Amino acid sequence: MSTQPPGQAQAPYLRIENVTKRFGDFIAVNDVSLHVQRGEIFCLLGGSGSGKTTLLRMLAGFETPSSGKIFIDGQDMSEIAPYDRPVNMMFQSYALFPHMTVEKNVAFGLEQERLGRQEIKRRVGEILEIVKMSQFTARKPHQLSGGQRQRVALARALVKRPKLLLLDEPLAALDRKLREHTQFELINIQEQLGVTFVVVTHDQEEAMTLSSRMGVMNHGQIVQVGTPTDIYEFPATRFVADFIGSVNMFEGKLIEDEPDFVRIRSEELGGVIYVSHGISSAPAATVWVAVRPEKINISRRPPTPGSGVHQPEAGAGENVVRGTVKEIAYMGDMSIYLVQAESGKTIRVTIPNVARHMEDRITWDETVYLSWHAESPVVLTR
Amino acid sequence: MGIPMLWLIVLFLIPFIIVFKISFSEVRLAMPPYAPLFEWLNGKLVAVKLNFGNYSYLFTDALYVSSYLYSLKVAAVSTVMCLLLGYPMAYAIARSNPTTRTVLLMLIVLPFWTSFLLRVYAWIGLLKTNGVINNVLMSMGIIHEPITMLQTDFAVYVGIVYSYLPFMILPLYSNLEKHDLTLIEAAADLGAGPFTAFRRVTLPQSLPGIIAGSLLVFIPAVGEYVIPSLLGRTDQLMIGRVLSDEFFENRDWPVASAVAIFMLGLLVVPMMLFQHFEKRTIEARK
Amino acid sequence: MKSHGLFSRTVLVFGLVFLYVPILSMVVFSFNNSRLVTVWDSANSPTMKWYAALMSNDQILGAAWLSIRIAMIAASGAVVLGTLAGIALVRFGAFRGRALLAGMTTAPLVMPEVITGLSLLLLFVAMEQAIGWPKGGGAVTITLAHITFCMAYVTVVVQSRLVGFDESLEEAAMDLGARPVKVFFRITLPLIVPALVSGWLLAFTLSWDDLVISQFVAGPGSSTLPMVIFSKVRLGVSPDVNALATIMVLVVASGIVASSIWMRYQNKRRERDMRLAASANL
Repeated sequence: MSTQPPGQAQAPYLRIENVTKRFGDFIAVNDVSLHVQRGEIFCLLGGSGSGKTTLLRMLAGFETPSSGKIFIDGQDMSEIAPYDRPVNMMFQSYALFPHMTVEKNVAFGLEQERLGRQEIKRRVGEILEIVKMSQFTARKPHQLSGGQRQRVALARALVKRPKLLLLDEPLAALDRKLREHTQFELINIQEQLGVTFVVVTHDQEEAMTLSSRMGVMNHGQIVQVGTPTDIYEFPATRFVADFIGSVNMFEGKLIEDEPDFVRIRSEELGGVIYVSHGISSAPAATVWVAVRPEKINISRRPPTPGSGVHQPEAGAGENVVRGTVKEIAYMGDMSIYLVQAESGKTIRVTIPNVARHMEDRITWDETVYLSWHAESPVVLTR
Repeated sequence: MGIPMLWLIVLFLIPFIIVFKISFSEVRLAMPPYAPLFEWLNGKLVAVKLNFGNYSYLFTDALYVSSYLYSLKVAAVSTVMCLLLGYPMAYAIARSNPTTRTVLLMLIVLPFWTSFLLRVYAWIGLLKTNGVINNVLMSMGIIHEPITMLQTDFAVYVGIVYSYLPFMILPLYSNLEKHDLTLIEAAADLGAGPFTAFRRVTLPQSLPGIIAGSLLVFIPAVGEYVIPSLLGRTDQLMIGRVLSDEFFENRDWPVASAVAIFMLGLLVVPMMLFQHFEKRTIEARK
Repeated sequence: MKSHGLFSRTVLVFGLVFLYVPILSMVVFSFNNSRLVTVWDSANSPTMKWYAALMSNDQILGAAWLSIRIAMIAASGAVVLGTLAGIALVRFGAFRGRALLAGMTTAPLVMPEVITGLSLLLLFVAMEQAIGWPKGGGAVTITLAHITFCMAYVTVVVQSRLVGFDESLEEAAMDLGARPVKVFFRITLPLIVPALVSGWLLAFTLSWDDLVISQFVAGPGSSTLPMVIFSKVRLGVSPDVNALATIMVLVVASGIVASSIWMRYQNKRRERDMRLAASANL
């Protein structure tokens, strides 16, 4: 599986090659290979136990790979201790030194480089300006709020102008409002300074917003790498489809397999699905079809052929299913409908609430028809 | 890391080996007053004289047997008394509000920082025949003749409980403080009266604290020297006193060593138990 | 629930009385004119004459001075060694001899002092035979002995402080370029200073107060304060000892009260700072 974005001729800035990490019998990271380009924000997304934090720690130098190599800007990191690496980390707990002021915290890394006092002062001032913490130089960490501490931690890591900045769950400790704001600030700062970011997170929203490219990890392996759009719209496996956002998954059998369309009969769905693109992998007997909730249309009447909902090539009754509304969750900006199809399967549909007054809104226990465009489903073979 | 290890090996482990070795040698009227174990002649090991007599002496002479047993008894009784007094105190402190708690803990710990020796000495003044307690009781008419309290078992119990109380309270408190009070509420909700709730919820959970505190009192109490010397009986000695006398008065280092080794043997099991609990408490805190 | 609380609180009060009556009686009787200590001589008391006697008692003053010197050195030595041991036990996973180190550092906590004292003396004697040092007993042997047994207490204090320590602070320092030794001195040490201070005070008290071990390893010329007191009180009560006790109680009590006031002040300031920060915008 190629992880290099097309059209990039230069050598990757960060090269992880066949890295494995074992703790006794337990394999935390299993033969992972990855390339990250200079100036990218690359996110490693995974649940707990997926190995993402271990991988990050190996980049920082706090763990050594059991096998495999890591190259940063062409340099082999195998023998290099954390304090000698051109890498800096922003810890999840921020790890600000409680007995030092903001200024001293940020200056610490520069002091280790034996820079002159004037130079240090200048650069500390610069970076604090960028993170907007200039007026807090004399404060100690316990005198700062969570968001302020985070910015100091960021400043401290960035002031050394590292080749690679590692961020461990950067937004986990912030509340929702702050999180959104900080997400965009992080992107701005990164663009301004041009540092390569590697972010580890379990929060898909965070990954989708921040990354230029991301990798999904499960059980110590990288399952898929790509841009957020790639991952969301073209998941490679059922795991990825299910992990990112919500998805409706229908198991079925291929009944027609052509280069530019396929037909699948699904007992689970209780109908036939017509997909207007071919599958690139070898045809297997059983496949899964993933349809995202927002791609499904809900109405009281069955869609008429030619009404623009589905391709003309699709037969009548394909990409349509009838069911009863069982649950409705009103989220303000959208509503989530759980519809039970005649086959018994529960299908999740999300509809944006486009009009303020919808007296005629579909309600519980109504019989409805769900349909989707032939381009919407993704066919997965694993 | 190597430095403390080295230090301790030299100053802690080796001394024990030496004590062990000397416990096997004969007493001599010389300096040092014991015979060497190994006879060297022309650089070759000629003879090894192991004197088990010291140990058999311990078992046959009534003085030693009775001293060991007495020490164990006194230590055990004192530990129990200390527990009975200390547990409610620790409980009360753990259940009081945070500000009171700090003050109370301070009060408990303060005597510990003042001289152990002086505090035991204070009891002499209290327990003497014409001491404070007797004077007060007589002047109140409760008794007509002074009670003999010094140089009795009772005095030793009081002395040990008094001196070691903080050592009992602190581990108990530290355990009780961590208890989840909602468990008691749940028990009450399920119909348990306060005593039942205590017996079946609090007490079992506080067991590690009880064991830690008891060992912290019992083990050193067995070898106590100061308290029995100042307050205790003259006709029945505790083993710490016996060891010291053997060493300083009789100048019989081998026997003193044997006494020490045997005492260690008696205490090895409780000491290992204590270590095991220390490790568990530290790990639980991680 | 209520009856529960009442019982334990009563015992608590009784216990506190029990703890303090002896101390108070010593203090009261230090002002008693009568040599009989416990018989209050109301005609001539209260008096400061025992304090005066104390001040001119060279033996006691000399012993006190020796004890202070020994305690200061022993406490410092114990802190250095105990901290190293504590760090080794908490941070260095498994290493050869770990169980041994752990055992040797917890054993003195419970070991009867007569055993420690005896074994150390025998060691010093054997050393004197083998290499000619140390000659006789003396302040040196006492200090060495004290360092050894005080070290255990410091290790426990340091261990318990380190266990709760945030390791990511040390990792962050290394990440920023500091080598391990630097990390220790600039990050770890400053943050465990309170534990080191209380360890030092603990070691000081234990050394200053020690009788049994000192008796075993002391030489003819050196008598520590507890040794002097002990030989006096074996013969019975003695009012100048009461005076000494009162002075010590006062010093300790004022020290403890002062430090807890200071700690309260620090905590209040910290809380205020954190509240201010939390209410700040972003």
